[in-house]
Amino acid sequence: MANIISDETIEYVGILAKLELSAEEKEQAKADMGRMLDYIDKLGELDTTGVEPLSHVFPVQNVFREDVVTNSDMREELLGNAPEQKDGMFMVPRTFE
Amino acid sequence: MSITDMTAVEVAAAIRAGKMTAVEAAEAMLARIEEQDKRYNCYVTVDRAGALAQAREVQAKIRAGELTGPLAGVPVAVKDNMCTEGLLTTCSSKILGNFVPAYTAEAVLKLKEAGAVILGKTNMDEFAMGSTTETSAYGVTRNPWNTGHVPGGSSGGSAAAVAAGECWYALGSDTGGSIRQPASYCGVVGMKPTYGTVSRYGLIAYGSSLDQIGPLTKDVTDCAAVLEAIASHDEKDSTSVERQDTDFTSALVEDVKGMRIGIPNDYLGDGLDEEVKAAVLKAAADLEGKGAVVERFDLSLVEYAIPTYYTIAAAEASSNLERFDGIKYGYRTEAYAGLHSMYKKSRSEGFGEEVKRRIMLGSFVLSSGYYDAYYLKALRVKALIKKAFDEAFAKYDVILGPVAPTTAPELGYSLLDPIRMYLGDIYTIAVNLAGLPGISLPCGIDKNGLPIGLQLIGDCFQEKKLIQTAYTYERLRGVFPSGKDQEINSPEPDEKEECRHE
Repeated sequence: MANIISDETIEYVGILAKLELSAEEKEQAKADMGRMLDYIDKLGELDTTGVEPLSHVFPVQNVFREDVVTNSDMREELLGNAPEQKDGMFMVPRTFE
Repeated sequence: MSITDMTAVEVAAAIRAGKMTAVEAAEAMLARIEEQDKRYNCYVTVDRAGALAQAREVQAKIRAGELTGPLAGVPVAVKDNMCTEGLLTTCSSKILGNFVPAYTAEAVLKLKEAGAVILGKTNMDEFAMGSTTETSAYGVTRNPWNTGHVPGGSSGGSAAAVAAGECWYALGSDTGGSIRQPASYCGVVGMKPTYGTVSRYGLIAYGSSLDQIGPLTKDVTDCAAVLEAIASHDEKDSTSVERQDTDFTSALVEDVKGMRIGIPNDYLGDGLDEEVKAAVLKAAADLEGKGAVVERFDLSLVEYAIPTYYTIAAAEASSNLERFDGIKYGYRTEAYAGLHSMYKKSRSEGFGEEVKRRIMLGSFVLSSGYYDAYYLKALRVKALIKKAFDEAFAKYDVILGPVAPTTAPELGYSLLDPIRMYLGDIYTIAVNLAGLPGISLPCGIDKNGLPIGLQLIGDCFQEKKLIQTAYTYERLRGVFPSGKDQEINSPEPDEKEECRHE
């Protein structure tokens, strides 16, 4: 395997991904990611010098509209899906002391 | 013939003619689901009461002459990644196990405007990440042709429901083949339209630049009718394209004289099952016999499509799935120490293995130091792949090939090796990268009694050429057997895990 994923890398990617992996999952993730990157490295065979990255297949532009309210008040329905709510607001864990 | 064996357009015609009502149609289908879905597990949620209420409402409008379209009154199944107001929408994930949307996806609204009755939500790979419907948090779906095999994925529940006669048609979504491949494995018709043709508003995003909603149906006529109903220009989706040519049923014409059809040599090489190859080439010869001009050509870059796709799709997934944080909706972990611990534990407990694998990969390829080498590199290769298709479509109206290298694998086989599963997407995935339309329709049955799919790919906005070619082939081929008649092949499934929501 050409790509060896270190413990530090998996730790760092876990922070970016906001995922907490068990020791066993970390080992699996290291192996999986190494294999996938070996596979993705195949793209290195192609010379893409001077090729512009294509993010959208059509040459579309930003879409603008007037800043007017089109939807109705759905506070109750939207809050209804929240794991915790209080006084018409989402409840989150304490973020500072 | 039972009414559940009719096509969607036939059912609508019978309702219009007063031979049956929308309520009778819904009742017949709900009874069939009740009778056999324990065997196949096509549905995550069946909305019995809601479907009957909608059917009564639609019937009244049909009687009043307010609804006259070709699908009015016909019940439909919707993949569980499209939001439906007031109806559980799980994405087949634990993290959305209790999510009830406050609004309905635009594509589903378009169907409701056309008089559709929503039966329920179909099973899928979790967040559409998978090719077998085995990564669902709500149990696997089984292939109606043989319950020891997968239905394909990620729209496996939708394809299996059509094949099993548990709906007249269904909506799926296709990011790398997720409509066409399960349609192929289940012996039904599935179409991925040109990117931007169907609004993505209310479709829970996986790879936004690749995702597109499309129909899964019993035949090409139904496919054209459904696509015509759901295509729309939507200001709520910034990638929606304004098109004037969405009268797709006008292309249901039996004629391929002079149609230029190219078969990529690269789609017939190593890894392609001999029986699949023979059936696909037979279909090409049949079309040639009807006057199409069929040629082989080299498409090139085919082996680069999969690594390009997994880089881009994983990057977009890692970004799109950041919204699942245990605050606004969905699962929140029981015990945590502070905000960040809550985020991490909720996500780690709520997402399944394949979803986490792709989020990790996506976070890595977007991280500083690797962004250029992986993510931008993939976007550059995507531009080359698009160019290869542009060159092919300068010569051909339609590209013809297989949908997948094999027929449906056995349950469990694909999960052993993710990369092997990814390789199964080789003929479908480039279509999404280039934004093209593609259709899958049955063209044969292998020695194990499983259906084989034929794929037709068109240039952007050329759905009509695909529909015309597919319709002509379908007439030549004749009636294809239905999956639900093949139950004799199937071993009795084990007791499935009971995790259905009612």
